[in-house]
Amino acid sequence: MTDQMTSVAPPDRISPLTKVREIVTSSPLVLIAAIILVIIVLSALFAPWVVPHDPVRLTPSVRLKPPSEEFWLGTDAYGRDLFSRIIYGGRISLVVGVAAAVFAVIFGLLLGLLAGYIRWIDAVLMRMVDGLMAIPSILLAIAIVSLWGASLWTVLVAITIPEVPRVVRLVRSLVLSAREEPYVEAAIAAGSSTALIMRRHLVPNTIAPLIIQGTYICASAILTEAILSFLGAGINPETPSWGNIMAEGRIYFQINPGIVLWPGLVVSVAILSINLLGDAVRDALDPRMAKRGIER
Amino acid sequence: MSDTLLDIRNLRIALNGENDKQVVKGLNLSIEPGQTMCLVGESGSGKSLSALATMGLLPPVLTPLSGSSIKLKGEELLTASPNRLRELRATSMSMIFQEPMTALNPVARVGQQIEEVLEFHSDLSASDRRKRVIEMMEQVHLPDVDKMYRSFPHQLSGGQRQRIMIAMALVMRPQLLIADEPTTALDVTTQAQILSLIRELREEQGAAVLFITHDMGVVSEIADDVTVLKLGEVMESQPVETLLRRPQTDYTRDLLQSVPSQVPRMARDGVSTDVVLATDDLCKTYGGGGLFSKSREVKAARDVSIKLMKGRTLGIVGESGSGKSTVARCIMRLIDPTSGAIMVGGKDIATMSQKELKPQRKNIQIVFQDPMRSLNPRIEVGQSIIEGPLNFGVPRSQAMDRARELLELVGLPASAVDRFPHQFSGGQRQRIAIARALAMDPDVLVADEAVSALDVSVQAQVLDLLAELQERLGLGILFITHDLGVAAQICDEVLVMQHGRVVEYGPAGQVLGAPQQDYTKALISAAPGRHWDFANFRPFAEAP
Repeated sequence: MTDQMTSVAPPDRISPLTKVREIVTSSPLVLIAAIILVIIVLSALFAPWVVPHDPVRLTPSVRLKPPSEEFWLGTDAYGRDLFSRIIYGGRISLVVGVAAAVFAVIFGLLLGLLAGYIRWIDAVLMRMVDGLMAIPSILLAIAIVSLWGASLWTVLVAITIPEVPRVVRLVRSLVLSAREEPYVEAAIAAGSSTALIMRRHLVPNTIAPLIIQGTYICASAILTEAILSFLGAGINPETPSWGNIMAEGRIYFQINPGIVLWPGLVVSVAILSINLLGDAVRDALDPRMAKRGIER
Repeated sequence: MSDTLLDIRNLRIALNGENDKQVVKGLNLSIEPGQTMCLVGESGSGKSLSALATMGLLPPVLTPLSGSSIKLKGEELLTASPNRLRELRATSMSMIFQEPMTALNPVARVGQQIEEVLEFHSDLSASDRRKRVIEMMEQVHLPDVDKMYRSFPHQLSGGQRQRIMIAMALVMRPQLLIADEPTTALDVTTQAQILSLIRELREEQGAAVLFITHDMGVVSEIADDVTVLKLGEVMESQPVETLLRRPQTDYTRDLLQSVPSQVPRMARDGVSTDVVLATDDLCKTYGGGGLFSKSREVKAARDVSIKLMKGRTLGIVGESGSGKSTVARCIMRLIDPTSGAIMVGGKDIATMSQKELKPQRKNIQIVFQDPMRSLNPRIEVGQSIIEGPLNFGVPRSQAMDRARELLELVGLPASAVDRFPHQFSGGQRQRIAIARALAMDPDVLVADEAVSALDVSVQAQVLDLLAELQERLGLGILFITHDLGVAAQICDEVLVMQHGRVVEYGPAGQVLGAPQQDYTKALISAAPGRHWDFANFRPFAEAP
């Protein structure tokens, strides 16, 4: 036998932890983004221990105060501590962001698999998806919230539904190309069921792009939630969220601009960080991006 | 030395410039005007890299080591500035590539693409340029040149596109033409035309040709001199006659002996009467439906009737678009035939539902062309092999034991079950794909261009393996190929297809030895190297 067993170490056998470290340290910008995100997540998670004041306690005597030693970022129109409210607001934003990403990816994956693999479903489903994509997502979200009333769940549904079509399209296109692969045809010839083929041969092809898409959905969901809250179509105003803090502060902008600026800054930084991390993940997972350095 | 056009001395190319990662190890080569030098080798031999180095087109991670020298008319190319190289690339040397589909800009008219070369590198006026382009297009024998000038690449066939590429390469009358596998992606009849075109242009323009190929048949047709490369090292360099008659190294000898001969195998006796696979008037039509407008019907296969006996090999031969793969995919029911019957294991599977079909799948298995894509890269080889048996209720441990046996049967260690596909070479992966097919104990194995993507020595091994397995297991093999040599070597019966129709069908000796139809004759006479008996180092005409 002239062709001998190659003894090349399999490159895809490195532990996930090493992979994460590789991604995070791929550039200083990504490292900063990761640190910022960790701080935001931890402070939201441990908010009751982090915040100096109760975020919903009204203290009329200290209305619209500028930043001071006691109130780090000042107070709002009801005398509530802005810093504490922003930390608590992160809870809603992050929950909405992560949950919307997870739900959109799950539903998108299921529908995309069906559309990509089963022809007649494709024809019907993709026309519905086209229809859904024709409606601006903010309008659709406002319509859903006003239909069912504002609550965390309706906001979540309202944000997730407009994101699903994009995931469906992504998964469908991946499945359409993967199903032409000879190894999928070999599985058909081996009598494998459709469910098995999807699980073993098609879904793994979608994982990396879905993780990447998920980070973008997460960022855009946080933004959409803030917009909905700002427009008054979000969750009820007693629960602080980045969007409704800004909405309430809008009329007092000339007296204490910080009420709008600080949450706005946090939203921007959070979204920027998530997007940067998403890009880093894409570069790490997409073999075409990785190879580009060698070939060009 | 004065009349040497290209002089490559001690060319060493290494990955990242590291001494121990050399991919080309000391190539020496010189070409004179009017000479055709063939650079021959299997994949990984460094033949393309040497050509790219000459053109100054090496990828940045690959660098020539110090001491290497490539001189064109005495001018050192490795140290030339990018600007100087760009100038030389158009005027003194040019290159044509393997893939004519991607080498042209799809959104520009082909005439303009040729003209662009003149625009940058000559001071001809617009009308002179156009005249020169038309002249050049006529010279490469393109039909209806005025219309062709305004065509887009997608409107041309593969052969026509390669002619455009050649016209583009030669329009500045370079002294050196580098051709990197220019005919590998083309059908044999087109290949024969392109080869004779390159020969003709070389004589007319007096250019030297550096011709890179893996195909000894092509070498015997076009080369004056041959340099054989293996893993970056020069094995030998000889005039073509000497090389083919008296190869100096074992490697060249093996390489020549692996070339499938065009002579059909001896008819085997003891024909079984057990029909394991038969089709009756099998048809497949694409298009024709459509909700709003009737799309154009394409009859990919028309009235194909075949009969395959136990332990025999039936070859379906044809050029691209002949419908040979369509037939294979219909038989596997990967696509649904439009009409006709497919008899497997005594049952007609042509119209069965997927559910009825499942028990029949056991009887017929397939091996695909592309070894890189025929195994799921994410799962271990063993898991791929046992997928089928598991579907039919074989216990996992038993299926795994069988997988180990099968891997040994196809010449791989049993321990391969735990490895991933990327740890194997192309030939090894094709062995694994065969093991996977055999795991189902099929009566029929469909091999769809199963050796076309392999190097010729590996190809010979896989063909031997198939023959051995057939002997041992009594498999019926349906062998789809475009390569007449391969068909001659392995098939008992041959069916020739063209445009979806069966042109000729009969015993291999008759179809390939004494063809009745013009198309079959044309195919056989276009096969490169048909006059040469590589395995015996002599032309057929001299056979005793």
